[in-house]
Amino acid sequence: MNADSHRDPEALLRQVEAAERAERRGQLKIFLGYASGVGKSFKLFDEGRRRHERGEDVVVAATQSNIPAELDAMVRTFESIPTKDVAGVPVIDVQAVLARHPQVCLVDGLAYDNPAGSRHARRYQDVEELIEAGVSVLTSINLEYIAEEQEFVRSVLGTARTDTVPQDFIDGAEEVVVVDAPPSAESAEAQLLSQLRQRALLLTAGVVDRQLEAYLRLHGIQSAWGTQERILVCMTPRANAAKMLASGRRNADRFHGELFAIYVMQTNLTDDDRLALDRNVTLARAQQAHVETLEGKDPVGTILEYARAHGITQIYVGHNLRRGWRNRLGGTPLDRLIRDAEGIDVRVFPQ
Amino acid sequence: MTADAPARGRLKVFLGYAAGVGKTYQMLAEARDVQQRGVDIVVGYFEPHGRKETIAQTEGLEIVPRRRLEYRGSWFEEMDTEAILARRPQVAVVDEFPHTNVPGSARQKRWEDIHILLDAGIDVLTTMNVQHLESLNDQIWSSTGVRVRETIPDWVLKQADEVVMVDLTPGALLNRLARGVVYPPERARAALENFFKESTLVALRELAMRQAAYAVESRLPDDDNGHAPDLAPVELQPHERLLLVLTPHPSSAALIRRGRRVADYLRAECLAVYVSKQQDLDDLVPAERETLERHLNFARALRIETRILQGSDTAEAVVAFARLHGVTQIFVTREEPSALRSWFASAFVQRIVNLAQGMQVTVVADRSIRRQPA
Repeated sequence: MNADSHRDPEALLRQVEAAERAERRGQLKIFLGYASGVGKSFKLFDEGRRRHERGEDVVVAATQSNIPAELDAMVRTFESIPTKDVAGVPVIDVQAVLARHPQVCLVDGLAYDNPAGSRHARRYQDVEELIEAGVSVLTSINLEYIAEEQEFVRSVLGTARTDTVPQDFIDGAEEVVVVDAPPSAESAEAQLLSQLRQRALLLTAGVVDRQLEAYLRLHGIQSAWGTQERILVCMTPRANAAKMLASGRRNADRFHGELFAIYVMQTNLTDDDRLALDRNVTLARAQQAHVETLEGKDPVGTILEYARAHGITQIYVGHNLRRGWRNRLGGTPLDRLIRDAEGIDVRVFPQ
Repeated sequence: MTADAPARGRLKVFLGYAAGVGKTYQMLAEARDVQQRGVDIVVGYFEPHGRKETIAQTEGLEIVPRRRLEYRGSWFEEMDTEAILARRPQVAVVDEFPHTNVPGSARQKRWEDIHILLDAGIDVLTTMNVQHLESLNDQIWSSTGVRVRETIPDWVLKQADEVVMVDLTPGALLNRLARGVVYPPERARAALENFFKESTLVALRELAMRQAAYAVESRLPDDDNGHAPDLAPVELQPHERLLLVLTPHPSSAALIRRGRRVADYLRAECLAVYVSKQQDLDDLVPAERETLERHLNFARALRIETRILQGSDTAEAVVAFARLHGVTQIFVTREEPSALRSWFASAFVQRIVNLAQGMQVTVVADRSIRRQPA
């Protein structure tokens, strides 16, 4: 929230409206798994049961086909609004659910394409409409049906999915629960499943990380948790950024963290410096770093301010071996960086 | 090992991020499943915490009585490892992996008892929260102000055959706490003050998920280059070897934890040295010597190979050792916040950087300093 919103009545009105909309909206809770059979459906209906026991008005709007008898028996204990069968595809009867308007609606299986002519092209859009109308939804999905994961899914399973849900929709959920269980047998297939399993855990960790960031920002707390490794490479025209960036990428990958690369603008650059800097920025982009050029009279202070704002856990800097070290009062920039980088590791690369 | 020694039992860990997320419940539910499949399973140790739903899960399971022992005039109960060995089930359920036994027990830590069971060929199901992992100890302290005392060395968790994430959202957990499901009211209020703050729960939950993901990844077979297949862009890199430079300063404990964690994630080897100016650590006053020895023991407990070097110039001795042992990264601490000491510290870093051409030098943050106001 910026200071202006306190004075600008339009902005204030927009805020109030947004808050009211959020209040009217239902809540979305997603059970995320990595394969069928890990127990998502069971967890979903078990939570539905507990909510019903606590007095919430719960109905079922969609179930998976071919469910085990034990689960089927559990589903039968709920009030159901049957799906419409359109060309062999079960479609949520949105109109009927809206007319019944329960507090909570269970949708087992979020990733379905609806047939042509349906109210919405995708089931998650049906769910969105229910939430907009104030119905809370509990639903389930497997990692392999998230749109942004398709490249990975193809590399593991050899084939991609078409009936997918965008990551944004997952991120927008109030709650995402990861349903984890080891693959049942040691086999080549189990190894593939393990890769999906790891990815599902990391994906949920990413959702949680964004929630944590939003929470800390909302409450004005400076992020100090370091739950995710974030590496910041400090570029200068003369530094051998290639080595730092390659090492940064590798380390970020091993930690499943993020890579950042910044350059603090300096005056009196030569043409050669400018060229070198452009090359470094290109390299940083190629390593998929978040790249930024910053302004600031005090480079060390600017670097540290950026690092704190972005929850950086490791700073990479180059050190020129030929330059003298003890020739300045108050220490060199590296001295200061090491001294003031509280809570952040500083890795020095010989240049 | 003799030829007829039993195959080592399998260890499965239910990993959570706080009391009340349902670790024990899920472990016992699995125990009942296992029993229904006709497997001989017993409960070796179970902590009811007065939770009704969890206690109900033990129904029909055989419970091996605990051992009672007296310490300083009070009676304590611990798992009776010897009784479980004598009973010899196929599987034992043992709650609270990081538990420390009361003094006078045969072993200090429950994980050591669990190792005895595994060595005897008994499979074990157990539970732990992520904040008990040794390498996260400083991070947890600096963000929560809670110094977790009962820790598990990372290699112990790494030896588990399976690690399962038990997930519950912080909102649901706080609800359970408010309803009195987790703790009685007065304990619930105290819990809300530290670990049960919402931001703390969210952060711990993320850490647990990342740890579970790491556990899955590290169990995938390696290619020749130390990479799990298909998970990271494979690029030919020399094998990494980390060298930690220890001192008698307390910040060395944080250096050891952080170095161990980085080495594990890079699948690198990890060594630690102390450079003594004289033989037999005679350059240290007794108190410093004791701290240093504690650091060396701590490093060894985390499976870091330690050496004491002798040399009048620390930087030179470190770099010579590093070169001889193919070290790629040197880790040092930033000892004191005072300007003068830190000037010396970075002068030391510079000397190492200047001498160790080609090696990277990392100044490890002192995560033992609390940075976030409560």
